[in-house]
Formats: sequence, C-alpha cells, structure tokens
Amino acid sequence: MRYLCLIYDEEAKLAAMPQEESQAFMREYFGFTNGVRESGHYVAGEALQPVATATTVRVRDGRVSATDGPFAETKEQLGGFYLIEARDLDDAIQVAQRIPSARTGSIEIRPVVDFSQQRPSS
Amino acid sequence: MTGVDRDAAGRAREAVDAVYRTDSRRVLATLIRLLDGDFDLAEEALHDAFAAALQRWPRDGIPANPRAWLVSAGRFKAIDAMRRRARFDARLADVAEHLASSRTDQELGDEDGVEDDRLRLVFTCCHPALAPDARIALTLREVCGLTTEEIARAFLVPAPTLAQRIVRAKAKIRDARIPYRVPQRADLAERLDGVLHVVYLVFNEGYSASSGDSLTRPDLSGEAIRLGRLLVELLPEPEAEGLLALMLLHESRRAARTTADGELVLLDEQDRALWDRALIAEGCALVEHALRSRRFGPYALQAAIAAVHAEAATAEATDWPQIVGLYDVLLRADPSPVVELNRAAAIAMRDGPAAGLALADAILARGDLDDYHLAHAARADLLRRLGRVDEARAAYERALALARQEPERRFLSRRLTQLDG
Repeated sequence: MRYLCLIYDEEAKLAAMPQEESQAFMREYFGFTNGVRESGHYVAGEALQPVATATTVRVRDGRVSATDGPFAETKEQLGGFYLIEARDLDDAIQVAQRIPSARTGSIEIRPVVDFSQQRPSS
Repeated sequence: MTGVDRDAAGRAREAVDAVYRTDSRRVLATLIRLLDGDFDLAEEALHDAFAAALQRWPRDGIPANPRAWLVSAGRFKAIDAMRRRARFDARLADVAEHLASSRTDQELGDEDGVEDDRLRLVFTCCHPALAPDARIALTLREVCGLTTEEIARAFLVPAPTLAQRIVRAKAKIRDARIPYRVPQRADLAERLDGVLHVVYLVFNEGYSASSGDSLTRPDLSGEAIRLGRLLVELLPEPEAEGLLALMLLHESRRAARTTADGELVLLDEQDRALWDRALIAEGCALVEHALRSRRFGPYALQAAIAAVHAEAATAEATDWPQIVGLYDVLLRADPSPVVELNRAAAIAMRDGPAAGLALADAILARGDLDDYHLAHAARADLLRRLGRVDEARAAYERALALARQEPERRFLSRRLTQLDG
C-alpha cells in the first residue's frame, strides 16, 4: 500500500540555519533517501521551493483566479514529500519517523487511494 | 414439540447464552484476524454464527469446542457474504476463494494463537493513530462488548456522537491500514503505555466520575479491571501488573468511600472493616511482583502507595515516611503538579500540617493547579488543622466554586458548615 508522507517544517527556521548546520541537515536527507531506496519503501520524493513561490488557482463560476501563496497562516509549511510503499500504517510510521524533519517539524502520513482495490461500502 | 425437545432446546439456548457471555469477544477477535482486519464484516459474521448456533445446537447437540464451532461458522458466513457481494466486485471473489481454501483448524486449536487475537484486538483499538476518545469507545465496544448506548451513557455523550466516533475509527483502521497485531518489542513499551492509559481512564470514569450526580459507575471500573486482568494474563509486564494492582487496591475501598446515602468519606475517615481483603491481597501480591522486576514505572509506584495505605490498621498507623519515600521516587519517574500535591499531603501527615502547607502554597503560587478543586480542598484542610479558620473558609469556598461533582460539592459544603460550628 502507498502512503504519502507530507513534510511540514518552519521555513523561517530553516532559512535562518547557519550554513554548516543546514548542510548537515541536507546530508541527513540524502542518507535517509538512500536508506528508503535500499529498503524498498521509496516510490518518489521531492523537495519544494518555499511557500513564497506558491500560487493558488481556483475556478469559480467559470472564472479563473490565480492568487499568491497558500492562504493559511500556519507556523509550519509544506516543504516536500515522499511517496512510499509500506506494508501497513506501522511500517509507514517506522519510515516517517526517520525523515529528518520529523524532529524539527512534523510529517503527515496519508494513505493513497488505490482505485483498483476499492472495497464496496457496506 | 415434546417435553424432551423443549428441554434440549432450553439447554442449548442456555449454552449459547453462556458462550456468548464468556467467549463472544474471543470469537470476534479471531474473526477479525481471519477476515484481514475487517471489523464490520467480523461483527456481522459473529452475529450470524450465534444465530446459526441457536438453530443448530438444539437439533445437533452442543459441540465439543463451542468457540471453534462459532469461529468456523462465522468464517463460512463471512465467505458467503463476500461471495454475494462478489457479484458487484470481482476482487472480492478472489478474497472469498482464498479464505475458503485456507486452513484454520490449526490456528483454532492453538490456544495461544486465540489468546493473541484478544491482545491484538486491544492494541488495535488503542492504536495511537486513533483519536483518544475513539480509542476508549472502540475498546469498550469491541473488546468489552458494551453497547454503543451503554458507553454513551457512561461518558455522558449523545449516542449518535459516540456511534460516529466508532464508525470513523473503524474506517481509519481499514483505510490507513492500521495493522491487527501486537507491536514488535522495540515499540511495545510505548504502545503498551497507550493501552494502559485507556484502561486507567475507563477505570477512573467508573471510580470517580468527572461530573454528575453519582460518585461512581461500578460497571466501568469492573470492565477496566477485567481488561487489566486480561493484559496481565496475556502480557505480564510490570506496568500492566502495576496498573491492575492500583485498580484493585482502589476498588477494595469502594464500599467504604460513601455513606449509605451516597455521601463522600475520605480515606482517613473510612471504616477499614469495609475494605475488601481479597482484592487487597491480590493487589499487594501484584505490586510486590512488579517492584521486584526493577522495571516498574508510575503505575506500580502508585499501587505501592495504595498498598501501604491498605496495610495500615488505622489512618494514624499508616507508614507515612514510606509513603513520602514512594512519592519521591514517583516524582522522579513521572513528575506532575498533582503528584507534588499528594506528596505535600503525605509530608503533612509525617511532619505536621505547617510543613505540608508550605509545599502546597508553593505549588499553587506557580499557578499550575489554580483551577484544580482538590488542590484548594487540600490546602483548606491543612489550614483547618492549623486553626486558621478564615483562610480555611476562603480555600473551601474556592474549591466549592470549582468542583463539578455533586457528592464532592456536598462534602465541601459540610466542611464549610463544620468550620462555623
């Protein structure tokens, strides 16, 4: 089963990190990514540009509006993701807790809908 | 129908009822495992299996192993249900066929395997990925077999709200694929903590209801103790023993905690002849065992404190230095303002009310327990013992303004009246 691990971190804190520390953080990420590739959990993963580069698009009554950034004023921002293949939620938690940002921010785990395996609603 | 047939039917019905009371949750736990964690399908299968037993046992006789019979019947009923639904979903046909061809006789005959199913059920219902409210509701519903209405009544929640919680929790177990298993050793301590916490919350709601007219709800304490016994039997970890001991030692005082007309009686004024000696003996033995393991934690320590109280013939004869010592250890293992406050009360008994008051004042000055009625009640009691009547009155009034439970409110009102007398 596939799970998306959404990585939330404080952009301001990351930006303010001394260069040495931020390089060590990146090295940790490379190490983690190699680890999940080797264990067979890895499906995909990307880091995102900061929220300042984000654009939100909506279509209402046929009219398109594109606006600056996400609206929610939260402390932590979506900064990247991993798509993983895991046996069950406990397996996914095992992987997610090793993502370096789990210590500085938070990781949201969401199961991916598999349209070929939908159960009947009962 | 002849007289003999009626007797046989009556006996079979009684047997079904008896097995339902003692074994329906075990059967459910095994069915959930065999049906790949599908709670709803397993519950449906459980009811179908009991319905089948009511039909068949009067005719065919009571089977040698009723539980295995029920699991097997439930499994066939579930396969039938899947085959019926398979007309709309081709994939279910494969699952049903796989299930029909897999052998379960060995798993059914293996008593350990079946016992593990009950433990799996507890750990799944208490999974940390479920909301805390949902964990309690799901545990009482699935593990204890309480009805949604019973749980709703006990926790003063509207039944539809509670039903929603259970539906959502089951959907999350299915959709996020929360595994149906006991956590691996590395995760066990952390996950067991969560399970023990749920059991203790259920017990406390039954032992000292958070609000309302009645001080206690014995049915909920009873369920919590049953869960505690199950955990100790299946997973004899020191903290599981500690929690069971703590619950048994509290429970042993139930008859002495209230007067005939439902008024609250504090520990030092309780008639100790009313304490249940059998529960005390069982609790004390568990505490000793847990403490000997040297891997004990906060539950075993709290149980040890309760055991010292239980062993004293009178309040005055209590070994207060030992209780203070246990609180010192507890404060290091699991620091909290409430533990500090309880330690202050024990110090007051060992060194006099002035020493206790100084500690209680310091805790309240930090603001940690300002809204906690028992903190003000404890302070009021120390002031009363020191003869500082006006300050005691103000503290009792503050406690009364914060208390939400009727018997506690009446107790505090009586204390206030006694001050004036």
